[in-house]
Amino acid sequence: MLEVKDLHVTVEEKEILKGVNLKVEPGKLVVVMGPNAGGKSTLAYAIMGREGYEVTKGDILFNGESILELGPDERSRLGIFLSVQEPPPLPGVKGSLLVPAVIKKRRGIPMDDKFADIKILREVRPKLELVGLDSSYMGREVNVGFSGGEKKRFELFQALAYDPKIVILDEPDSGLDVDGVKMVARVIDDMRKNGKGVLLITHNPRLLHFITPDEVNVLIDGKIVMTGGLEVAEFVETHGYDKVVTR
Amino acid sequence: MSIEKPEELVRYREPEELLGFAKDYPAEVELKGRITESLIREISKVKKEPEWMTRLRLKSLELFYKLPMPNWLQGIEMLDLDTMAHYVKPDIELSSSWDDIPKEVREYYEKIGIPELEAKVLHGLSAQYESETIYHKMKKSLEDKGVIMIPMEEAVQKYPDIVKRYFLRIFPPSDHKFAALHGALWSGGVFVYVPKGVRVEAPIEAFFLIGRAFESQFEHTLLIADENSYIYFIEGCTAPMYKGFSFHDGMVELYAHRGAHIRFTTFQNWSKHVINFNNKRAIAEENARVDWVEGSIGSMLTYVYPSTVLRGKGSSSRSVVFTLAKGPYLKDSGSKMFHVAPNTKSRIVNKSISVDGGINVYRGVIRIPYGARNAVSNVECESLILDDKSYAYTYPHNQIEEPTASVSHEATTMRLTEDQIFYLLSRGLDEDDAKNLLIMGFLDELFIEVPFEVAHVLKKVLEIEFEKLGGVG
Ligand SMILES: Nc1ncnc2c1ncn2[C@@H]1O[C@H](COP(=O)(O)OP(=O)(O)OP(=O)(O)O)[C@@H](O)[C@H]1O
Ligand SMILES: [Mg+2]
Repeated sequence: MLEVKDLHVTVEEKEILKGVNLKVEPGKLVVVMGPNAGGKSTLAYAIMGREGYEVTKGDILFNGESILELGPDERSRLGIFLSVQEPPPLPGVKGSLLVPAVIKKRRGIPMDDKFADIKILREVRPKLELVGLDSSYMGREVNVGFSGGEKKRFELFQALAYDPKIVILDEPDSGLDVDGVKMVARVIDDMRKNGKGVLLITHNPRLLHFITPDEVNVLIDGKIVMTGGLEVAEFVETHGYDKVVTR
Repeated sequence: MSIEKPEELVRYREPEELLGFAKDYPAEVELKGRITESLIREISKVKKEPEWMTRLRLKSLELFYKLPMPNWLQGIEMLDLDTMAHYVKPDIELSSSWDDIPKEVREYYEKIGIPELEAKVLHGLSAQYESETIYHKMKKSLEDKGVIMIPMEEAVQKYPDIVKRYFLRIFPPSDHKFAALHGALWSGGVFVYVPKGVRVEAPIEAFFLIGRAFESQFEHTLLIADENSYIYFIEGCTAPMYKGFSFHDGMVELYAHRGAHIRFTTFQNWSKHVINFNNKRAIAEENARVDWVEGSIGSMLTYVYPSTVLRGKGSSSRSVVFTLAKGPYLKDSGSKMFHVAPNTKSRIVNKSISVDGGINVYRGVIRIPYGARNAVSNVECESLILDDKSYAYTYPHNQIEEPTASVSHEATTMRLTEDQIFYLLSRGLDEDDAKNLLIMGFLDELFIEVPFEVAHVLKKVLEIEFEKLGGVG
C-alpha cells in the first residue's frame, strides 16, 4: 500500500505541493484530478523520487515504510510503477532491448543472459495485444516517432509487463481516440481486479465514464481541495474547476 | 568466416590495468635526438637497406623539414621530437615461436591474449615491439595459396620491385609533415600480397606495442590485394603505463586491384601515454572494394582519417569509425573519400562518445571532381555527449563538382537527457544500466555496419569502459 502524508514538495525553490494526503490500497482505483499546473505530475514524480523534486515536509510510505531515502530505481523495484505524462524518445533503444533489460533487472537475472530475452519477449507478447499494439512495436525505437496515442499504449503495456504493485498513470488517456480510452479503462479495471493499487492522474473526466473509481480527489494549487466518489468527477465535469475552489 | 567466440578476438581491459607499469627491456640499438641525415643513414645501415630505400628516406626527411606544421593539429606541440628515441631495436631476435621471445615482453602479449587468439582464429600474426617485428608467422595453408606475408623490412630485400611500385606511393610523404616524418623514420610493420583470386577468409593480424616513454613507433603496413582477391586484416595496438609519453606515427597503405575486396579493421587501445598519429590510405581499382573499420578507444591524443581513393569505375568504400574520448583526451578523426571515377560509391559512418571531459573532433572529406559521373556518397556523423564537461565538434568538408553526383550528409549531436535517465530509472534500471542502454542504443547502427565479431568485441570493450562510469550525468 502507498501512503502520502502531508507532502510538501519544492521544485526549483518554488513550493508546488503544499500538504497532500493520499492512500492507494491494493485493488483500489484512486483518481487525482485537477487543472493544469495544479501539481499532479509533481506528485507523481515526488512519489517516484525524481531528482529536483525535493520533499521539504511529510512522508511517503510503501507498505508502512518510508521510501524517501530510496532512489527512483529502488522504488520502482519495490513495486511502484510510473507511466509518465510525456515519455521521452530513446533513440536506438528498441522495445526488444528495453523490456527484457528491465524485466531481467527486476527479477535479478544477469544482464548478459541473452537467452532470457527470448523467453521474456515471448512472455510479454499477449500484454502488447491487450493495449492494442502488435509485436512490430517491439522492433521500434522506444517513443521515437510514436504518435501520442502509441506512446500512451506502450506505457500502459510496460505497466502490465513489469508487474508492479502500485501503478501510477499520469494522463494515460490523453491523445487517445475513443476506443483507446475504453481500452485504458478496461486495462485499469483488470489491474484493479488483479489486486494492484492504481493512482490515476487525469484532468479529463471522460475516462471515468468507462470505469468507476473508488476515490476521486481534486488537486488545485498543490492541495487536495475535494475528495469523494464518482460524484466529485461529475461535479467537475458539469461545473469546471473554478467552482470547486469557490464551493 | 567462422569465429565461434568472437570475444576472443580481443581480451579487453584498459591497458593500464591489464599491462600495468612498463618493465624496462634492453635495447640493442637506440637512436635518439635531433632527426638528421646521419640519424636516417644510421637506421638504414642497421637495417642493411638498399640504396634506393635510403634515398627515399632522405627525400622524406627533406620534406619533413620543408612542410609546415598542420595548423589543425591540437596538442601535438607537447611533442619534442629532438629529445625522443626514433629507432629502438629491442635485443630480441625475430622468431616464429613465442618460446623464443623473452618472458618480460612475451607476457605483455599473453596478457592481451594474442598467442591464444592466434592459435584459435588467426591465419597469420605479426607482432611488433618498439621499432621491430619480434614475432612473425603465417599458416601454411596461406603459403600454399601463394599469399606473401612478411615483415616490411624483408619485403624491401626480397621484393624490391613490388615495394618500389607501392611503398609511399599510395600515401605520398609530400601529403603532410607527419607523413614525411614517417617516410624518413619508418620501421617495422607488415607486407602482405594476396594473389589473383585468392581469398583469405580468416583474419590476419598485426599487433603493435610501445614498451616505454619518449620513443616513437613508425610501423608501415602495405597490403596489396591482386585482382578479385579478398583479405581480412586486423590491426591492434596497446602500451603499458609509463611516466611521460610516446609517439606513434604509423602508416597503412592498401591497394585493391580490379574486383578485389579488402577489409581492414583497427582496434586502437593505446594507454593514456601515447600520442597517436595515423596515416591510412587505400586505392581501389575498378569494381574493387575497401572497408575500413576503426575502433579508437585508448591514447592521449589520436589523429586518424581512413581514406580511400576510388580510382576505378564502380569501386566502392565504406568507413566505419568509432571514437571514444573518455577523460581529458582528444580524438580527432574523420574518413575521407576521393571519387575520381564514375559510378563510385562511398559510405561513412562516424560515431563518437565524449565523456568525463573528453573531446571528439570529426573532419571528414568527400571529394567528387568533375567527371566522376553518378558517384554516390553518404555520410552519417553522430556524436553522443554524456556530460557538460565533454565536447564534440564536426567539420565536414565536401567538394562536389560533378553535377550527376549524389551526396547526403547527416550530422547529429545528442546528449543523454535527465528525462531519459529518469525514465529508465523509473522502470527499475539503475543508473549504469540506464546509461549503458542509451549508449548501446546510440551505437546500435554501428554494430550493424561492422562484421559480427567486430561488433561483439566493441560491445565488450564498451561494457568494460562504462562499468565504472558511475557518477557521470
Ligand atoms: N522542473 C520544474 N521546473 C520548474 N517548474 C516546475 C518543474 N516541474 C513542475 N514545475 C511547476 O510546478 C507546477 C505544477 O506542475 P505539474 O506538472 O505538477 O502540473 P500538472 O498538474 O501535472 O499539470 P498538467 O495537467 O498540465 O499536466 C507548474 O507551475 C510547473 O511549472
Ligand atoms: Mg501533468
